[in-house]
Amino acid sequence: MGMTITEKILAKHSGGASVSPGENIWIDVDVLMTHDVCGPPAFAIFKKQFGEHAKVWDPEKVVIIPDHYIFTADKHANRNVQLLRDIVAEQKLPHFYDVGTERYKGVCHVALPEEGWTRPGEVLFGTDSHTCTAGAFGQFATGVGNTDAAFILGTGKIWVKVPETMRFVIDGEIPPYLMGKDLILQIIGDICVDGAAYRTMEFAGTAIEAMSMEERMTLCNMVIEAGGKNGVIAADATTEAFVQARTNAGYEIFHNDQDAGFHSVYHYQAEDLQPMVARPHSPDNKAGVRELKDVKVNRAYIGSCTGGKFSDFLAAAEILKDHPVKMDTFVVPATTEVSNQLRETNINGRSLWQIFEDAGAQIGQPSCAACLGGPDDTFGRLNADEVCVSTTNRNFPGRMGSKSAQVYLASPYTVAATAATGRMTDPREFFA
Amino acid sequence: METIKQGKVFVLGDDIDTDQIIPAAHLVYSLDHPDEKRKYGEFALSGVPIDKSGLPDGNIPFVASGQSESPYAIIVAGKNFGCGSSREHAPAALQIAGVQAVVAPTYARIFYRNAVDGGFVIPVESQASLVEHFQTGDKAEINLTDYFIRNQRTGETFPVKKLGQVENIIEAGGIFAYARQAGMIGE
Ligand code: SF4
Repeated sequence: MGMTITEKILAKHSGGASVSPGENIWIDVDVLMTHDVCGPPAFAIFKKQFGEHAKVWDPEKVVIIPDHYIFTADKHANRNVQLLRDIVAEQKLPHFYDVGTERYKGVCHVALPEEGWTRPGEVLFGTDSHTCTAGAFGQFATGVGNTDAAFILGTGKIWVKVPETMRFVIDGEIPPYLMGKDLILQIIGDICVDGAAYRTMEFAGTAIEAMSMEERMTLCNMVIEAGGKNGVIAADATTEAFVQARTNAGYEIFHNDQDAGFHSVYHYQAEDLQPMVARPHSPDNKAGVRELKDVKVNRAYIGSCTGGKFSDFLAAAEILKDHPVKMDTFVVPATTEVSNQLRETNINGRSLWQIFEDAGAQIGQPSCAACLGGPDDTFGRLNADEVCVSTTNRNFPGRMGSKSAQVYLASPYTVAATAATGRMTDPREFFA
Repeated sequence: METIKQGKVFVLGDDIDTDQIIPAAHLVYSLDHPDEKRKYGEFALSGVPIDKSGLPDGNIPFVASGQSESPYAIIVAGKNFGCGSSREHAPAALQIAGVQAVVAPTYARIFYRNAVDGGFVIPVESQASLVEHFQTGDKAEINLTDYFIRNQRTGETFPVKKLGQVENIIEAGGIFAYARQAGMIGE
């Protein structure tokens, strides 16, 4: 039987000709990414296991991106960034995006593509569950824990169980008020938070082919919210243009064989879909935004690896340029590059930055910020019983801070529309 | 590996995510400093809404206030245990609190890997959800030779799945011990 994209990438990295789902194989890793929360413990395990003087398997393949707890006075959090500095110096690691330097980026999953670390056909592991975002580039990318990361640091290898692939075909033309976030919330709602457990979620179809890389990243980012091991989208001209603009490194594009075997195939027609939210406290608790028009909201948040990319802010600004916010609204660019783009891109003579300020939003510094709550002084953190509409990816109890808060996940359009009205609002109300 | 685990049971529902197992605000502590490491035990499962903590009645803290060890060595939970982030602090926190095994019908993939590869707790898969068949505080015995879990209060026995291909790693005590035994990495 033929192989899927994921199976082909894994076969190539296992040194074998073919693999089949369910098999446990050892594979070579192209890139290992870690950040301030998991980097220090991963290196501590590495040292304990391989010895005080051990060196990582290949310093060129280790990428360190502090992003989680950056702009806080918390002394333990700051210590973690210092620990990363010590490790980088000792191991002579060249790819470190340190806080307080020109190289500082922000959220790792958006920084990786910007810096050319996401390449078709490669295997990327990261000590963060949303490492699956990079599957948008036609590669195998997934999250691992600190012990697995330590093992990779020492050997460049790790075991994986070859996943079955679930295929999601989305055809048609995406209406102007819909975003990748609406699609993925619909899909997660349909298959539930464990619907893709241990499996690959592959996205295909004419609607996907027409999507920008950033929108594809939004889809792949949230496969973990359905329990998926990785997300993948076949690389095409859009992918190649993005990758070539960011790196000179080579890559290899894989396609499904004609007779590849899938666990299941789902079909969607883009025109039939509508703006969606995930209600508290689970990403699969789906509802159409229109069904919730009586829900009052008092906090809006636009940021994170899934909803803090440039196109996410562009979408929000389309609405907020003419409508001030009616609630505390926090804007957190994922990376310094996105932050610069907010200052440099204008709509009708005003920068996006200016538009958000004029609308009454507060703009934070690039990092994960309140996406995962964090220390009490974190920008935008939910500290009480707020009802928040957010472009982030998780709304489990306490995820954004207080356990008494309620979080609705939605697209940047829906978040901006809601911020402008004070109640859950379908962005179609703003698209005449 | 000891193939029989015994202890008091703590019962939880479906989709217990890593933020409930160890809330993100506590991830700043070091797992290498003994004093800080204890905090992971202290805050284990502290993110579970209190009415859902210790089913069927709820309102039972997993770890008593000010303590870092839990009286419960076995967790019986619903589907998709450990979903959410990749934080290895989650299975580590359970182990630090004194948990030996979790019994759930399904696990989130990264939690499962972390539990196995780090040698923290044994993720046992039950055939079906056992949440209805246990009450927090029950005593149970898990038998990993004959693959069952027994509720010592009711005497009921339920089959659990074989550990399968990861058994070697669990038996060795984690991925490093396993790789050493297999000659993949040096002593
Ligand atoms: S932005 Fe949120 S989801 Fe993304 S890496 Fe940071 S904490 Fe995780």
